Amino acid sequence: MPRISVWMVRTALLYLGIGFTFGALMLWNKGIPTQPSLWRLLQPHIEFLIFGWTLQLAMGVATWILPRFSQPPRYGNLALAWAAFFSLNSGVLLAAFATWQAHAFYGLLGIGRALELLAALFFVAYAWSRVKPLSTIA
Amino acid sequence: MPMLTRYYIKASFIHLLLGLLLGVLLALPTAADVLFAALRPVYLHLIILGWVGQLIIGVMYWMFPKYSPTQPRGNQRLGWAIFVALNGGLLLRAIGEALLSLAPESASGWLLAVSAVLLFAAGWGVVANTWQRVRER
Repeated sequence: MPRISVWMVRTALLYLGIGFTFGALMLWNKGIPTQPSLWRLLQPHIEFLIFGWTLQLAMGVATWILPRFSQPPRYGNLALAWAAFFSLNSGVLLAAFATWQAHAFYGLLGIGRALELLAALFFVAYAWSRVKPLSTIA
Repeated sequence: MPMLTRYYIKASFIHLLLGLLLGVLLALPTAADVLFAALRPVYLHLIILGWVGQLIIGVMYWMFPKYSPTQPRGNQRLGWAIFVALNGGLLLRAIGEALLSLAPESASGWLLAVSAVLLFAAGWGVVANTWQRVRER
C-alpha cells in the first residue's frame, strides 16, 4: 500500500470513529434527553461519514488497487493525490465546523464545500489515467 | 472469503432489502406522519450503515493487508464483536425509534441509549481492528 493510501485510509478511519461518536451522542440524547445542543452535531456527523470516511476511504483504496504503470512512477503523479488529500480534509473540517456553530457560517461552509470539490477534481485528474485495462498499461 | 466477511456481506444484503422495504412503506399515502418522522432515520441508517457501511467493513476485513501470519485478519473475536454490536445496535434502534414514536412515555428511550453504546463500540472497534492492517509496503 503506498504511503498516500495509508494516510487516506487511516484518516478515513478516524472520521469513522468520530462520526460514529457524534451519531451515538445524538442517539443517546434522543432516547434519554441530556443536552439539546447535541443536535448541532448532525451536520458534522453527516459530513464526517459521507466525505471524511466513505469518500476518503474510496480514494485511498483506489490509489492502492487501480492498475499501476509499468514504468516509474508506477502510481502516477502522486502530487495530485496528496493535493486531493489535503484539500478534502481541509474542506471536511471547515464544513463541519461551519455547520456545528449555533448560527452556521455560510461563507466558511461555502469555502469548505469548494475545497471538497477541488479535492474531487485533483483526484479525478490523478486517477483518470489509471482506469484502463491491465494489458494496455503504458 | 473468511466466514465473518460472508456474515457481513449477507447481513448487508438483508439490511438493503429491509431498508428498501421500509422506503416503500414510508412512501405509502397511508403512512402515519408520526411513524414517518420516526422511521425515516431508521430507513437512512439501514441503507447507509446497514448496507453500504457493513459491506465496506466486511470487504476491508477480507481484502486489507494481513496483520500477521498467525493473525492475518487481526483480532477475530473483536471482528465478531463488531458484527454483533453493529447489527444489534441497528436492530435496537429500529425497534426503539418505532416504540418511542408510538409511546413516548415508555421506557423505550433506553433502547436508543443501548443502541448508541453498541454503535459507538462498533465504530471504534472497526478503527482498532483495521488500523494496524493499513501500512506501507
